[in-house]
Order: sequence, then structure tokens, then C-alpha cells
Amino acid sequence: MNVATVEIEAKGTAQPRGKVNLTIKDFKGKAEPDWCAGCGDFGVLSALKQALLELHILPHQALVISGIGCSSNLPGYVSTYGMHTLHGRALSVATGAQMANHELKVIVTGGDGDGYGIGGNHFIHTMRRNVDLTYIVMNNQIYGLTTGQLSPTSVKGMATKSTPFGSVENPINPIPLAIAAGATYVARGYTGQVKHLVELIKGGIQHKGFALIDAFSPCVTFNHDNGHEFFKQKTFKLEDRKHDPTDFAAAMKYGYEWGDEIAIGLFWKRTDLPALDDLEPVLREGGPLARRALGISPDVAKSLIRELM
Amino acid sequence: MAKLDLSIAIGGAAGQGIATPGDILARIFVRRGLHLNAYNAYQSIVRGGHIFLTLRTSEDPVLSFGDKIDIMIPLNQDTMSRHLGLMKSGSAVLYNGDKIKPSEAATGVQLCPFSVKQLAPNIKGDLVQNTIALAAVLQLIGVEFKMLEDILTLQFKRKGQAVIDENVGVARAGYEYAASHFKPLPFSLPNTGKPLAFFEGNQALAMGGAAAGVRFYCAYPMSPSSGVLHWMARHARQLDIMVRQVEDEIGVINMAIGAAHAGCRAMCATSGGGFALMTEGLGAAAMMEIPLVCINVQRAGPATGVPTKTEQGDLWQVMGAGQGDYPRIIVAPTTIPDCFKTVPQLFNLVDRFQCPGIILSDLLLSEGRSSIDPSELDFAVPIERGAMIGLNGSLPPLNGGYKRYEFTGSGISPRAIPGTPGFAHVVATDDHDEDGVLISDEFTNPHKRQAMHEKRMRKMEGILPMIDPPRLWGDENAGVTLVGWGSTQGVIREAIEKLSREEGIAVNALQIKWIVPLHVREIASTLSRSKKVIIVENNYSGQFARYLRSETGIAADGHIRKYDGEPFMPHHIVNGVKEILAGQTKQYVPVHEIMV
Repeated sequence: MNVATVEIEAKGTAQPRGKVNLTIKDFKGKAEPDWCAGCGDFGVLSALKQALLELHILPHQALVISGIGCSSNLPGYVSTYGMHTLHGRALSVATGAQMANHELKVIVTGGDGDGYGIGGNHFIHTMRRNVDLTYIVMNNQIYGLTTGQLSPTSVKGMATKSTPFGSVENPINPIPLAIAAGATYVARGYTGQVKHLVELIKGGIQHKGFALIDAFSPCVTFNHDNGHEFFKQKTFKLEDRKHDPTDFAAAMKYGYEWGDEIAIGLFWKRTDLPALDDLEPVLREGGPLARRALGISPDVAKSLIRELM
Repeated sequence: MAKLDLSIAIGGAAGQGIATPGDILARIFVRRGLHLNAYNAYQSIVRGGHIFLTLRTSEDPVLSFGDKIDIMIPLNQDTMSRHLGLMKSGSAVLYNGDKIKPSEAATGVQLCPFSVKQLAPNIKGDLVQNTIALAAVLQLIGVEFKMLEDILTLQFKRKGQAVIDENVGVARAGYEYAASHFKPLPFSLPNTGKPLAFFEGNQALAMGGAAAGVRFYCAYPMSPSSGVLHWMARHARQLDIMVRQVEDEIGVINMAIGAAHAGCRAMCATSGGGFALMTEGLGAAAMMEIPLVCINVQRAGPATGVPTKTEQGDLWQVMGAGQGDYPRIIVAPTTIPDCFKTVPQLFNLVDRFQCPGIILSDLLLSEGRSSIDPSELDFAVPIERGAMIGLNGSLPPLNGGYKRYEFTGSGISPRAIPGTPGFAHVVATDDHDEDGVLISDEFTNPHKRQAMHEKRMRKMEGILPMIDPPRLWGDENAGVTLVGWGSTQGVIREAIEKLSREEGIAVNALQIKWIVPLHVREIASTLSRSKKVIIVENNYSGQFARYLRSETGIAADGHIRKYDGEPFMPHHIVNGVKEILAGQTKQYVPVHEIMV
């Protein structure tokens, strides 16, 4: 689908009404990607734009937030609202933005070092809160922007600039971690399979709650162990194995597999848990917090003062 | 007739119920229209240890918790042993004689033992001694019993008539026992007929935020800042404020950034350790040009330090917070009521200049309590959000596209909030051009970097004219000037009054509230008229003295510093000024006599 006709509803502020023909070009950002030729991140960029198009999300309705790293440059390459924040902090910023305006489609993009390393604490807590976000991690199992050091997802034994004799540490496995921490939509894609990735991202955006899409996004410059050849040979789609994403035990089992076969697809999904903004009484009526009138009424002011007397 | 100046102290272990009689006394004072200043010296301990609450009251505003105690209620032997030696002639000590024994007291100190066993033979638990002591105190200062009866009735309403009767009965026994056995103080607690309110500094900060229209508050609990979180959480649903407790302070500042960028007024509070974690985020807010307010309630550092003790030790941390140069406003409120007024003022500034604002409070202000005339608690403050697009109303024309970081003379570029059609843009912590495109994305461009850096920093020039220069207290021609900053205003003012009244030494005082930007010209001009400049601050190295020197070239003639965790008392400053003026020392460090 390359063109979508989108009807704009009047909502909140003074919005133009009417119909627009949306094309993939409408999602092109102001800057050109500065990624290396062949970088997996191109696949995520095109998949994200395609997902937004297919879901009829207008550029101003989405807020794409990233941290720091090669992949975190992504907000500059899409035409939506964007925030290019600090290393590891995108999920915190995104939580604040989503709670301040829960009508925005908030999408977080970044890398494995950003999300699973320096941002690890926020990662766990954002999942347990089930904040209504779509988090796409471009997982290349290496630190690229800093020119090739160990990442939290680098496999044991991997030789990098910071582990020249091979890493002795075990990597993080984000899939079981996310399921255990309380994410309500947990998927993995591969940037060599863009159509599949589009579907996973669409599912994540449509899901009400925290959606993780870990995307194998090979670094062609610094990670020669886990390149396209590796993933082409090993990945299989969970959908082809008739996996039931509500089956916790099966989701964990597939999540832990890392050998001759590596699963991609939707591991885990539950819809019985409300997202944080649905649980927050302050958001029950009155629309987005950010647009509400400020100030305290004289009656409320009086009651606050009475408490002190 | 001389004005009333009454201090009552209650001491004991954590868990002995010191807060309740303290609150009751404070309410009685303010309901009679008396002013109040209270300070609670406590430890980082939930049960045990030593807590010492001092409440001071007068018809006039009370500037500090003072130098003396008129009535002490020791709830345990430890408190009696620690403090009896400091009680002066004319004071009274009320205690449960069944359990607590006094050592030798100074002449003229009235020891007032009562027996809990006799007065409340049927009541279990130790809390009853508090009720008896409180009733006896009220008798000594001439407060009618009805007042306590009403308060106890209200306090125990939920527990039923039997509990009310029991407590009122015990209180009456204590009141009557005091009437027949103890000598009352030589006055009756006046009633001005104009009831006041009272609050602690953290409440004042939170209420100032509410008045300013804070819609998003987040924090990680940290003493002594948690009171702001508690007030916000308690009132969140009433006031439509989103309150979030976050996993760490890095998350706090970044969550506040997200909410502020989306269009909310966002605030957070912490203490020095949490603030250290927030510093990169503050620079990020400044780089992306997102306004927010961050409160640092200082406690004694470094590291975990003394968690329940006060200090003004974070000045350089706050001034140096974050890498690189960036525009920001740093303000240190000077009194508890000033905390309330400062927050809305700062929000208007940060919204207008699109930068972070930092409030430097400390334990003394934030956990201290002060009376306030309710008419001064003005919630109808002006709310000025600056150049914002898409918040409400119509959108400005898009002439050739929107540039988030458009170069302007003031350095202020209108900011569009996410969700506004036609104004989509990227904000970035990487330096960027007018369009928000990263400078490093296009090839690094030193000219663009310089121009954007200058645009951001140019905003600082607009801030100074919008804030008040510091006020000089006391005789303009005194010749000796004390310089303080933030929370020490009350105690310094009291010290200069004391110096004039008791020592015949004329001293004035310049209290600095706005730290960045600093009124360099006004401060230099004031201090140039003084023969001696003495800087008073609650830290070891003279952080403000060094800052003042760096900005004005003025090196102070003397220093009064305190870094034992306890706040200054007026006589500490008086003694320091006398020694410095006598040429005995250039740097005076008082010894805190009270062991708390």
C-alpha cells in the first residue's frame, strides 16, 4: 500500500479538517540517513514509515523518541514529531510525553546498548508499568557509533575492541526479560524481512500497552559474527510454527532459543492488562493533560488554605 | 508591653509521638493569630534515636527558631539528660516523674514532674504522657482547657466517644494538676483575633507548583525533599496533577522533560544525591529548549552524608550541573512563604525562556514550619506560558515552514507542542540547526554551532531584568554587611537586630535569592558602600563566597560558616560578627551547643 486516504478529525487544538492522500513520501524526514550502506537500520526506517502509512497515522499525530546511538538518529529521518534525547533515557522521556498527552502515538526507537545497557533500569520499569508505547530496538549486538565495543546482547566469546580476547560475559536475552518484566506485546523481527517487520510494528502500535519489537539489525561495519548471512540461515517465523502468543511457556521457550534456529515473530501478547494511562484517574476525563487549562479555582484554593489552619 | 517570645521544645525518641503535640501546639498558636517558626532536629531512624522539636511563637513574624527554650517536654530520660543543662532561669521542664529523673538544673528552672500512674491509672501505652504534658503546658501559658478539648475531640472523632472521653479526661487531669502544682509563666498566650495558617517549606513548594499550574510531578523519594511528593500525591486527584514515582532520578528528570515537551508544566524535587543523577538531563532540557522546574532540597553531604541534617553545600554542584554551558535559572528562596511565591514566578520565567529552572532549598526551609497570613497565599497568580504554538487557539501562519530553533534577537524561538498539525519537528540533545537537524548529520559546521550556541545563551540576557535585585535589610549606612543566600535570611535578620539591640553594633544584611543570573552590578554597588563584608553560609568551603568573588571581584573580609548539620542560631552569627570585628578571626565556625 503506497497511498492512504485519511480523514482528519477535529480534535483538541485547531486542526484542519478534510481528507488527505497520504503517501510514504509524506513520512520522509528533513535529514538523510547517515547510516552505513547495508545497515539493518534502513529496514526498520522503511518498515516504520510503512506501518504508519498503513495505520493512517498522520505525521503530526506521532511522536518518535530515541536515545543515542546509530539507530537513535532515526527521528530525524521521519516527518513526525521527534525527540532525540539522551543515551538510555528515551523510555523515560516517552513515558512523560505519553502521560502528558495520551492521544499521541508514541514510538520509541533505539539500539541494544541504549535500551538494554545504559537504559536497562528504565526498560524494566516502563514494561512493568505497561505504558502505552511501541518500543523498537535495533539490535545489532555491538556498539557501532563508538566504533565497535561489546554490547549487552553481544554473544559470549565475541571479540570486540573492548573484548579483544573474546567476551566472557553472558548476554541479555531481551525476549524472556520483557515477558517476565510485564511487557504485554513482545516480538522480534529481522530487518532482512521488512514485510514481516511492518506487521510486527503495526501490531505493536495498535496494541494498547507496552510493545517491544526487538529487531535484528545487522551492523555491517563492526559485527561480522552476526550479519545478514547469519540471520538468513537461522531465523524462522513463529507464525509458520503456529505459535500461540498467549502461551506463556511456549513464548519463553522460543525466546530462550539461540542456536541453529532463532525465532522471529510475535512471542507474547496479552490484552487483559490495562495500560498505565487507562489506570490513571487523572486522565479519566478532560482530555490530554497538556491541553487542560491551568490555574486553581478560588474554591479549591480556599480548601487548600483551610488545611493549613 | 513587651511582645511575646515563647519557645517550646518537645524531645524524645522516634516513635514516641512528638509530631502530634507539636502539631496541636502549632495549630493553637496560629488559630490565636500568633506567628510561628518551628524546626525539628531528627535522625535517619524510624524508631529510637533522638528527636528535638522546637516551636517558637510571637505576635510578630518569627524569623528563626531562636536561641532559648522556655518550656521543655522531655519524653524520655535521654532528652532530659541532653538538654536540662541548657535550660535557663525562668524556664520550665515538664516530664513524667515515674520514669524520668532530672539531674541538677540551673537556678530558677522550674522542674514540673507529674505522675502518669496517678493521673491516668487505667490507660495503657506511653503516648498518654504526651497528652498530660501538653495539657500542663497549656495551663502554664494560660490557654483555656476548652481549646484542647475541642482539638482532642476532633482528633479522636473516628475512634468513638469512649476514646474521646478517655483522652479528654486525662488531659483535664493534667491541666488541673498543673494548676495546683506548677507556677504558671508570667503571661497568658495572647489572641490577636486574626487567625493565621502554617505550613512546612515542602508544602509551600508543592502548593506554589499547584498555583503555577503544574500538571506533571514526578520524583524518587529522598529526604528531605519527599514532603513535596507527599503533598502532590495527596492532592493529585483533586487538582488533576499527574504524580509519578519513578525508578531513579535519571528517570525522574527525563520523564519531566517528556511531559514538559508535550506541553505540561512539569516539576520534580530531590536532594543532592538525586540531583547529581539529574544533571545530564538538565543540560538536555536546556539543549532541547524545554522548560521545567527542578527542586534540590539540600542536605549535609557529600554522598549519603547526614540525610536528616541541613546544609547549603550544593551551590557549586547546581551551578556546575551538566556538561557544557547552557542557559538556566537558579533561585534560592529565602523563607518558607517565599518558597510558595517563587515557584509560579520561576515557571513563568522558564516557560518564557524555554530553559530549566532550579530551586535550591534545604532541610531548614523544606522541613521547617512557618506561619503565614492566609491572605498572602494567593493562588490566582499570573500564568505566562511564553511563545507556544498549538496549546490552544488558532495556529500562526506557516511562512515557508516552521523552524523550531529559529534565530531571534532574544534567543527565544516559538515552540510547538507535539500533536499540532503542520509544525512537526525534531528536538535534539545533539546540537542542531534552526530546523532541528543535527549539525553532525550535515557535516559538522563550526559556524552553525557557534550561532546556535549563541542563540541559546543569549536568552540569559533577557532574564536578569525580570527578577528583583537583592534586598538590603537593616541600616543602609551600617558599614558592616552580612551576606547570606537562600534559607538563612531569617536567622541573619534576627542576628542583626540582636547585634543592634544587645551589642550596639550596627550591621546590615544583603540576602541573595537569585543565584543565576546574579545582580552583579547591584550587589557590587551595595557592598562597595560597606567597610566590612562578612559572608554567612551553611557549608565548609564558603561556596557562595567563592562565587561572589568570581562574579564581582569582591573578597569578603570575614566568614561565618557552619557545617555540623544543624542550622545557625541567631547567637552563633552575633558571636561571629563580634569576633571578626574585634579582629580575633577572619573565619568563625560556631559550636552547636544542643546535642541533637
